[in-house]
Amino acid sequence: MLETHSLTASYGQFKALFGIDLTIGAGECVAIIGANGAGKSTLMRSISGVLKNAPGMVVHKGTPIGDLPADAVLQRGIAMVPEGRKLFPSLSVEENLLIGGQIRRGDGRWTLETVYDLFPILKERRLSPATALSGGQQQMVAIGRALMSNPELLLCDEISLGLAPVVIRDIYAALPRIRETGAAVVIVEQDITRALAVADRVYCLMEGRVTLTGPTASITRDAVHAAYFGDAA
Amino acid sequence: MQVTVTTRTRASTVAGFVALGLIALGLILPAFASRSLIQDLFFILTMLTLAQLWNLIAGYGGMVSVGQQAFVGIGAYAMFAGVILWGWDPVPAILLGGVAAFLLAIPMAFFAFRLQGAYFAIGTWVIAEVTRLVIAQWKTLGGGTGTSLPREATSDIIGVATIAELFGLRDAAARDVLAYWLALALAVGTMAAIYALLRSRNGLALTALRDNDNAARSVGVDAGRLKWLVFLAAAAMTGLVGALIYMQTARISPDAAFSVTSWTAYVIFIVVIGGIGRLEGPIVGVLVFWGLQTAFSDYGSWYLLALGLIAIAVMLFAPRGLWGLFASRTGIALFPVQRRLVTSGLVTGQPNTQREEVT
Amino acid sequence: MIWLDTIVQGLLLGGLYALFAAGLSLVFGIMRLVNLAHGDLIVLAAFIVLVVVEATGLNPFLSALIAAPALFAFGWALQWFVFNRVLGKDILPPLLVTFGLSIALQNGMLEVFSADSQRIPAGPLESASVDLGAVTVGIMPLLTFASAVAVIFALNQIFYRTALGRAFRATSDDPVTASLMGINPRSVFAMATGLAMVIVTIAALYLGMRSNFDPSIGPARLIFAFEAVIIGGLGSLWGTLVGGAIIGVAQTVGAQINPEWQILAGHLAFLAVLLVRPRGLFPRAVD
Ligand SMILES: Nc1ncnc2c1ncn2[C@@H]1O[C@H](COP(=O)(O)OP(=O)(O)OP(=O)(O)O)[C@@H](O)[C@H]1O
Ligand SMILES: [Mg+2]
Repeated sequence: MLETHSLTASYGQFKALFGIDLTIGAGECVAIIGANGAGKSTLMRSISGVLKNAPGMVVHKGTPIGDLPADAVLQRGIAMVPEGRKLFPSLSVEENLLIGGQIRRGDGRWTLETVYDLFPILKERRLSPATALSGGQQQMVAIGRALMSNPELLLCDEISLGLAPVVIRDIYAALPRIRETGAAVVIVEQDITRALAVADRVYCLMEGRVTLTGPTASITRDAVHAAYFGDAA
Repeated sequence: MQVTVTTRTRASTVAGFVALGLIALGLILPAFASRSLIQDLFFILTMLTLAQLWNLIAGYGGMVSVGQQAFVGIGAYAMFAGVILWGWDPVPAILLGGVAAFLLAIPMAFFAFRLQGAYFAIGTWVIAEVTRLVIAQWKTLGGGTGTSLPREATSDIIGVATIAELFGLRDAAARDVLAYWLALALAVGTMAAIYALLRSRNGLALTALRDNDNAARSVGVDAGRLKWLVFLAAAAMTGLVGALIYMQTARISPDAAFSVTSWTAYVIFIVVIGGIGRLEGPIVGVLVFWGLQTAFSDYGSWYLLALGLIAIAVMLFAPRGLWGLFASRTGIALFPVQRRLVTSGLVTGQPNTQREEVT
Repeated sequence: MIWLDTIVQGLLLGGLYALFAAGLSLVFGIMRLVNLAHGDLIVLAAFIVLVVVEATGLNPFLSALIAAPALFAFGWALQWFVFNRVLGKDILPPLLVTFGLSIALQNGMLEVFSADSQRIPAGPLESASVDLGAVTVGIMPLLTFASAVAVIFALNQIFYRTALGRAFRATSDDPVTASLMGINPRSVFAMATGLAMVIVTIAALYLGMRSNFDPSIGPARLIFAFEAVIIGGLGSLWGTLVGGAIIGVAQTVGAQINPEWQILAGHLAFLAVLLVRPRGLFPRAVD
């Protein structure tokens, strides 16, 4: 459904990605792992259109979209939960969700009701300013906000960052229900065990390059360790 | 392998000699130049100085003031006050202009620095308006209609008689020569001072400050204090220029001396056209401006309309101005302030890139 | 009694300044753009309303209604084709572009409309007044003030009750993340400037009916607008009404003492507020 072809990205003089080839099939769950600064977020930003690339570097259903702006990428059904949640502080919880649904594709499954159903606590806090919530609740808003556009591909950048283990468990519990709708999900994770547990396939990035990829089942801890830290063992 | 840090380029060395030559030529020019050329050069030099000063605070310091007319005006009025009220000779009275502008800059900075970002611009404008309105109440200096320098004062300005004798000129022409020399001194002094500042550690910090307050702090410079110093120094110099301009004009009114068009719009235009944030910019800009002014100023408001549109077009299509276009094509920098690594005497990298990746 | 009258007149004058300020505040709130040509745009709108009045013979209010869509389109295009290209981290380019626009507009209007003072004829409304017992106030100042309240109320409704307002606030918070929500920040900015031009038209209507205007008076209107915004606190729409009122009262009181002090008194009131409350009277909590 989505491929990247020799995707490169840089910030000014600094090159962050050196030719990434990635494929995501419909309905698949793909994990992207790698150490801090490996380029995971940069990859997500490139796919979602926050960073502009050459058109052919990102291809969606046969159409080159590498140069589309983020709003046009969303219209094609690719939504992102950005790193650090990035809720709108001037908007209430419900308004944050509504703004995610400003562009709704078809009449998919996700509405205010179904999102509240997925994360019931949000319904109680629906009128609070989004930034008044706890970290975990904010992460739920960020996920709900991205779902509101009924995406076919959901990019989640470090949704467990800075959260307590119980909270992480709650958030990951939502994943199967998201996948039920047929959406493909990309999970960027630093927690390798968790990533391997939920994903069908894994990509491991190091310093802007893919160092390991394959179905989760075929991947050993040692191989991940090597790909992660770069020791050739 | 020996590595040194330098800001010098071949072009800058040549430019240094050319500059010295030009200054020498400028000094002896009155011996053979026509009076109208001297007057034109006076205009060019004073506008150049104002433009360099604005470029320093806005282009390098990020303080986009649209209230520089306050310093021109207060400087000019202080000089008039010195001559008319206290009987000073106009030339030393110019110094009063610098002092007055410096004193005005203190409250102006105090208020305007409280305004963030772009609102700083209008804040400076408000203070300039307040100053204009207050000065217009100063009845002994003509109030709202203004006044002229008394004939006695202009007829025996220090040095004029000597110049008249030296070049065989009439008094009026000799006054122009004196004003021209002073303008030349101010222009050269201002540019030399700015160049020295920019090459110092403070200069680095100043540009870092424009881009990011924290970066400047990490260079170990007190950002707030540096801003103050630069703003005050530029104000004092602007006051001197204002006083000099009105010594030459010999007639003043609040509307003219505090004109936002003459002392800020033109100045911004010069810097933008030439290239903001580089020392060469105002030089190119003032020449272009002078050319346009001579050719088209008879067209009045059409001319000003065109100037406004040109400034917009430059910002849209060539935000680094004419000199920026030229420099990016050729890599030439006459007054380089960026540090570059020099390995075994060979220059590495492009002169324009400030931070080179060292791998 | 004279002082009560002076203060009431000042408060009502503040309505006009709040109208000047609302557009400036809207644009700054959404895209952090300070439009130095704001005052000149008000004067331009006044000329356009006047042209419509003269061409159609309609009354000024209907004429403004006709002019407003055209000015909306003008504002939209100005943002889309010019301002959007210079907005960014560096505040210098947009400032210089709007400054250039200010000079160009002033002189363009001078060529087209001449330096003569003009006034939008408002018929009997110009001199009508009501007796409120203690003071007598003109209908025109009252209408101005009521319009300012209505404009600010309507803007607040748009901001907090509509999808457009939501997009305005989200884009103001974080344009990059807003674009991830399918919002095109550039078109949000264009809408905002278009809307600001509609408010500018309303401001211009009252400016033109209440007093003479000519191409040179824009910068002074910009300054009044700016002072009202800063006194009120950046981003607070109701604050601009208070800010306008403070400037207005200071001006009328100053003028009462000495007619030459009117403008100066307004500026001094602004500086006094800046001295004690640098962030204005009603600063927005988050910024
Ligand atoms: N806005 C930016 N400007 C300059 N460099 C950046 C920027 N964002 C990221 N980088 C650099 O690009 C590289 C990749 O960053 P990226 O954020 O993609 O890493 P990451 O894998 O997501 O790391 P993390 O686990 O810390 O989120 C890093 O070296 C980082 O320093
Ligand atoms: Mg990351």
